[in-house]
Amino acid sequence: MACKVITVTSGKGGVGKTTATANIGAAMAATGQHVVCIDSDIGLRNLDVVLGLENRIVYDLVDVIEGRCRLRQAMIRDKRLPELYLIPAAQTRDKSAVSPSDMVRLCDELRPDFNWVLIDSPAGIERGFRNAIAPADLVVVVTNPEVSAVRDADRIIGLVEAEEKGPARLIINRIKPDMVKRGDMLSMEDVLELLAVELIGMVPDDEIVITSTNRGVPVVLDGKSKAGQAFRDIARRLEGEDVPFLSLDEGGNIFNRFARWIHPRSNRNE
Amino acid sequence: MSSILDRLLRREPASANLAKDRLKLVLIHDRTDLTPGTLDAIKDELITVISRHCEIDPAAVRVEMTQIGREQRLIADIPLRPSRRRRP
Repeated sequence: MACKVITVTSGKGGVGKTTATANIGAAMAATGQHVVCIDSDIGLRNLDVVLGLENRIVYDLVDVIEGRCRLRQAMIRDKRLPELYLIPAAQTRDKSAVSPSDMVRLCDELRPDFNWVLIDSPAGIERGFRNAIAPADLVVVVTNPEVSAVRDADRIIGLVEAEEKGPARLIINRIKPDMVKRGDMLSMEDVLELLAVELIGMVPDDEIVITSTNRGVPVVLDGKSKAGQAFRDIARRLEGEDVPFLSLDEGGNIFNRFARWIHPRSNRNE
Repeated sequence: MSSILDRLLRREPASANLAKDRLKLVLIHDRTDLTPGTLDAIKDELITVISRHCEIDPAAVRVEMTQIGREQRLIADIPLRPSRRRRP
């Protein structure tokens, strides 16, 4: 089975790495592909709760690496998507329990049985990040359209290149179309000009991401939401499909609507 | 048109352009470790060396970092003074 290892990372914390990993994995598994998600954020595990699998953990990543269980014993099968598995992070250990070569060995063991191995990286540029990118065939950097996240993304993109894992692909998460429109949020074009990397997804800020995480159900399983659509599109682009980018314009605020109503050509939607 | 209307009602400058300009400068320095002080030193030394061989206007010399893709470049713009016609 041709397998690709993708590491999702960001530099800055809280930009949506775990949400992106869970949703891309679920979207791929929903189309029948064999997917395993690895939470490599040791000591701060979260991919389990985002996927709604937290009650089923017996063994974790460190147990596998230290030989306390077989690989298959640490793999939790998703309730809804039989082709989706999770290897959870250890919660009571720290990053030094795992080395980059451990991660490479683990992924090599998974490769024959899966189409995709998705690794959720911890924030930061230290050991945990190096563990997460060591086995990667492709690195996806998640950022938000704001100064600190873009700056950290730039740093990470540089480090990924230095480790010869580049060029990284970019996901711009939590875009607020109304703010972009009135010039108060960096646009997709601004971020791409600054970072000069290839875009693989734009995800609008959407409350449904929070409510679906509350329930432990990935948002891609909701057919209607824009965020879910954006993550499904990212999964298809990773699979090599040429998918056009969603227009994030949701009709705009009252002034925009009014302007369009009195002057239809002022509608600048692409 | 709508953004003008928004702007008038909000009476605040657009902050995204500000963010972009600030980030441009920050990223150049993050990527290269070249401080503005070092750039000034490079410029002064370039002026000294080039002035030995031809006449330039030191005030018009510019040394700047630019970005092409993810590659950083140091650009020096050194205008030459027009050579005076020598009269016998």
